[in-house]
Amino acid sequence: MENVITAIRVVPLEHYFFLSFLLFSIGVAGALLRRNILIVIMCLELMLNSVNLLLVALSAFRSDAGAQVLVFFIMLVAAAEVTVGLAILVQMKRNTNDVDINLLNRLKW
Amino acid sequence: MLYLFYLLAAISIVSAVVVVASRSPITSVIALVVCFLSIAGHYILLNAQFLAMVHVIVYTGAILILMLFVIMLLNMNTLVEQRKPLAARLMAVVTGGMLFLVLLAATRQGLGQAPETYDAGIGLVRTIGTVLFRDYLVPFEVSSVLFLAAMAGAMMLAKKEGTDNLNLPPSSEPDERAA
Repeated sequence: MENVITAIRVVPLEHYFFLSFLLFSIGVAGALLRRNILIVIMCLELMLNSVNLLLVALSAFRSDAGAQVLVFFIMLVAAAEVTVGLAILVQMKRNTNDVDINLLNRLKW
Repeated sequence: MLYLFYLLAAISIVSAVVVVASRSPITSVIALVVCFLSIAGHYILLNAQFLAMVHVIVYTGAILILMLFVIMLLNMNTLVEQRKPLAARLMAVVTGGMLFLVLLAATRQGLGQAPETYDAGIGLVRTIGTVLFRDYLVPFEVSSVLFLAAMAGAMMLAKKEGTDNLNLPPSSEPDERAA
């Protein structure tokens, strides 16, 4: 398994930066653009994944396994976060019969 | 190899745009599945085998199926999402684009020299397992407490308020076994 081809030898690291930043920006724009809470949660997942991708690319670039352990922990935290977020979503749909993010503006100002 | 990277990157970006732009939540979730699978492909290209497997299992196997389940449970396809005003949508797109430009400009320099040799065995299960259980054992154990808290919190949040729905309604008939 040691001689499996790795993209880090061929693909420049700047391309991974470009891809990761583009995915992160799409996630930020989507979180600002949409009003459905579920879409906002999905955009958060997209942002977390873009950061994960960049961490893995940098880990391969520097030959450091610590970054991949960090990615593992980010996945754990993302799973916990989605569980709580979806529970809030279910409760909100049950109480207001809507999933509009503008209904949750009690803490806005 | 380079073309494979470009193909996967194009799939990721297009499906991410579909996630944001689609009107139907089901389409968004399916597009997000495609995006995450392409990211798993990136991990395999980078020889991060352990993370590729965990990513497929945790994200596409658990999280997105949970989201799909919530959509179907709440019947969200019948909800019509109100769109934000045009100025707000325009500002959201501009904000994302500006963030992208700022991030690119910030990392335009200072990436450092590429090392001469790469260790291809970094992402193997053996390496990650050794590092995880030798250097990061305490965070690993603490994360189980985090999961316990998340599980309890989700159950407490999603529980119906007021009535205790676990109790059966009181029956008017006397218990037959007691008679």
